[in-house]
Amino acid sequence: MSPKKPFFWVLVAVIAVFLVPVLTNNVSLRESLLLAAIYIILTSNLNLMIGFTGYVNFGNIVFFGLGGYIGLYLVTAGGLPLVAAAALAGAAVGAIALVLGLGILRLRGAYFALATIGIVEAIQAFVANFEPWGGATGLYLSFQAYQALGGPREALWTVYLLLVAVMGLSLFLCYAVKNSRFGLALFAIREDEDTAAVLGVRTPLYKATAYSLSGILPAMAGALFFFKQGVIQPEQAFDLTLSTEAIVMLMLGGQGTVTGAALGAFLYEQFRGILLTSTVFSSFQLVIAGALLLVTVLFMPGGLMGWLHRRWPRLRKVLE
Amino acid sequence: MIVSRSQHNTNNKLVFRPDGEDHPSESEHEPERRFMLGLFASMLDGVLVGAVYGLAASGLTLIWGVMDVINLTHGAMVTMGMFGVYLLFTETGLNPYAALVPVAALGFVAGVVVYWTAVHRVVGRPPLMSLLTTFAVNLMVIGTGTILWSTSPYNVDVNLPGFSLGDYTFTGNHLLAALAALIIAGGLSLFLGRTRLGKAIRAVAGNRMAAELMGIPSSQVLARAFGIGIALAALAGALIATLFPFTVLSGGSYELKSFVVTVLGGLGNPTGALAGGILLGLMEGGLTPFITVSWIPVIEFALFVAVLIAFPHGLFARRPRR
Amino acid sequence: MSALLEVTGLCKHFGGLRAVDEVSFTVEEGEILGLIGPNGAGKSTLFNLITGVMPPSGGRVRLAGTDITGWPPYRVVRSGLARTHQIVRPLNDMTVLDNCTVGACFGSETLGLSQARRVAGEILELVALADCRHRLASSLTIAGKKRLEVARALCARPKLLLLDEVLAGLNPTEVGRMIQVFRALRKGGIAIVMIEHLMQAVMNLSDRVVVLNFGRKIAEGRPHEVATDAGVVEAYLGDPHIAARLTGPVSDGATP
Repeated sequence: MSPKKPFFWVLVAVIAVFLVPVLTNNVSLRESLLLAAIYIILTSNLNLMIGFTGYVNFGNIVFFGLGGYIGLYLVTAGGLPLVAAAALAGAAVGAIALVLGLGILRLRGAYFALATIGIVEAIQAFVANFEPWGGATGLYLSFQAYQALGGPREALWTVYLLLVAVMGLSLFLCYAVKNSRFGLALFAIREDEDTAAVLGVRTPLYKATAYSLSGILPAMAGALFFFKQGVIQPEQAFDLTLSTEAIVMLMLGGQGTVTGAALGAFLYEQFRGILLTSTVFSSFQLVIAGALLLVTVLFMPGGLMGWLHRRWPRLRKVLE
Repeated sequence: MIVSRSQHNTNNKLVFRPDGEDHPSESEHEPERRFMLGLFASMLDGVLVGAVYGLAASGLTLIWGVMDVINLTHGAMVTMGMFGVYLLFTETGLNPYAALVPVAALGFVAGVVVYWTAVHRVVGRPPLMSLLTTFAVNLMVIGTGTILWSTSPYNVDVNLPGFSLGDYTFTGNHLLAALAALIIAGGLSLFLGRTRLGKAIRAVAGNRMAAELMGIPSSQVLARAFGIGIALAALAGALIATLFPFTVLSGGSYELKSFVVTVLGGLGNPTGALAGGILLGLMEGGLTPFITVSWIPVIEFALFVAVLIAFPHGLFARRPRR
Repeated sequence: MSALLEVTGLCKHFGGLRAVDEVSFTVEEGEILGLIGPNGAGKSTLFNLITGVMPPSGGRVRLAGTDITGWPPYRVVRSGLARTHQIVRPLNDMTVLDNCTVGACFGSETLGLSQARRVAGEILELVALADCRHRLASSLTIAGKKRLEVARALCARPKLLLLDEVLAGLNPTEVGRMIQVFRALRKGGIAIVMIEHLMQAVMNLSDRVVVLNFGRKIAEGRPHEVATDAGVVEAYLGDPHIAARLTGPVSDGATP
């Protein structure tokens, strides 16, 4: 990617925003943006499936949770440094997803969506029983783990920077896929899978690859996030609500577009922050998220980005 | 199912505890006999609860079969049924079983309203659309429920006399709930086969365009079918409320069970849903004495995914999509 | 020396219905073969079996000597056999150019994106769709969509092209333009099997014609032979005089 492409500057601008707390040493802003970064990672990677391939994955959170478990396990039981553990977690989840994908992607449409819900439930129930990972009580990180990164304070900043890096990678991945032969094949599958096959697209492999690819970076984010939390438990790791919130964010921003996914995630996080701090509205979070989703799907199916693109068609070339 | 030698775990499932110590064995075969009796009782209990699962799933499968929509408001509507019977019972003192009638009527109305607001515009569109709109309604209902009732447990305090079998006591609640589920499922089957609206629903499910050409107002029919599906979910919720304690979020786990039942029983056929529900209940009851209860969901959902993959077009899709 | 396409004893049963029943035929290099027959005769099903969209119940398909029976569609295309659909299936929310680029990327040669775009552009010129290249495929007229079907299949640079009723629903001008495209293809050495109800076109373009009825092959031969075959006339063409006239100048000597 060269500086000539508008997307390069979009990416630079996004990362610059996320570096503001580092420069101003603002911890509360960092915590808010950390959550935003995680949302952007989840949403962008989910976009590979929903927006690009046309498969609704309700279970995208499985990657995040499994990554968290594998990462934390490697740090606690294997004594691996954080970065290595996160990278391995990403690779392991990518491999698992590839195998799983070759199986469940034989299903189409709503059946696939249902299977992904089944997978979240099955894996969560399994992990809650899996003793090496602490069963229902989960895995806890010892305080020593933070010392390797120069103490808890420094560790939090390091984790934040790593998450921002993973976020940058997620955006770049979406952009790169969208502008590749592989991405073109995925779009063809989204439009009409049988026709794509007749045109020569090796559909089973491409779908499984997209599924696997959409798991790697969320898994790394999971490893980093739960390292920061110091504890991972089945309910938090495989939270179906977060999984579906990611879909809300994606629809809000505009599925199929790189910047839309990120914008939706960012806005949703900001919005949620406002709702949670307001005493009147904090309990209405779910109701408002639901209403927002309903209105978006019914009246603005292209999301914010789709609306902007229709309003100003020239924008298509700048904000992909 | 309140019982001498069994106990409820946190999921309100029956846990069988084989325990011979405080019962000096009368003969060598006694522990074995007691175990077999316990297994039988556990399976029988599974069948009774399974009938209610089946009733819940029949609402889901009806909507799916008729309009190809996976109704993600299902769980929320099961919850509404639970709280409906709870409120009618505690506020007006109405008998919980008599309360089934107003709960079904309210469920039907709620279903018709949800159809026109969230479903009508997305029928026949890509599955993502209806998944998301029904999910959005689910969020709103559950959100409102959480504001009204928080997520603490409630229960409907009725205890009908039942009978004992070995270490198990079957309460009248279980028997009556299963009986009610069977009657409602039978009624649904008669309704779909014999009545004008039932026939119209099947016609629209078979071929909406052809039904429309035959003068059937298909949108009206779909709205009513959706209403009936929701009424069934609410009825199942109401029956479950007489069996176990519940929270606002309980509907979600019954929604997941309904998915499993739908896969087991075959799509779009309410009698199949009842059979699938009983099969699931039987499996839960049959497994309970042998393994830790927390493993049951692992088996259930692994089976669910496996059946889905093994029969993507057989057990599941009568009509290939596209 | 084997034929380009060799179909032997191909069958497809749906329950008790024999949609395609023991059909055999061959296509030589650079040849145009017409495939005709009444509606429901199993012509499109035959295409689906050859291209791997459905697995056959029996029989063999060979392409340039290689047994491709039961291969998945994407493998069949890569071996040099492309097709169009009777009911057009554009990738709606993608541009016309992107529709063709998909075909070029994953065709008989594996091309990179920019090279595939170039090939797609050339082929769009050939079918006269170049002006619409940046429009969404869904916005094309039915004639445009038919041409897009042909263009997309051509982008795979096949040795053999299966055309499923690409002339149906077009007006005479559009038919004429499409026929010119086919002539150009034949000159380029691409063999064609065409299912078509427009007899004038089939009879004039085809080197040979195969006739299907109730899933069985009832006749095969040069156009004028087939048009005067008693069985074919009864099953499909109807009036023998009209049948004879359809074959146009070719049939002059054959009319009694």
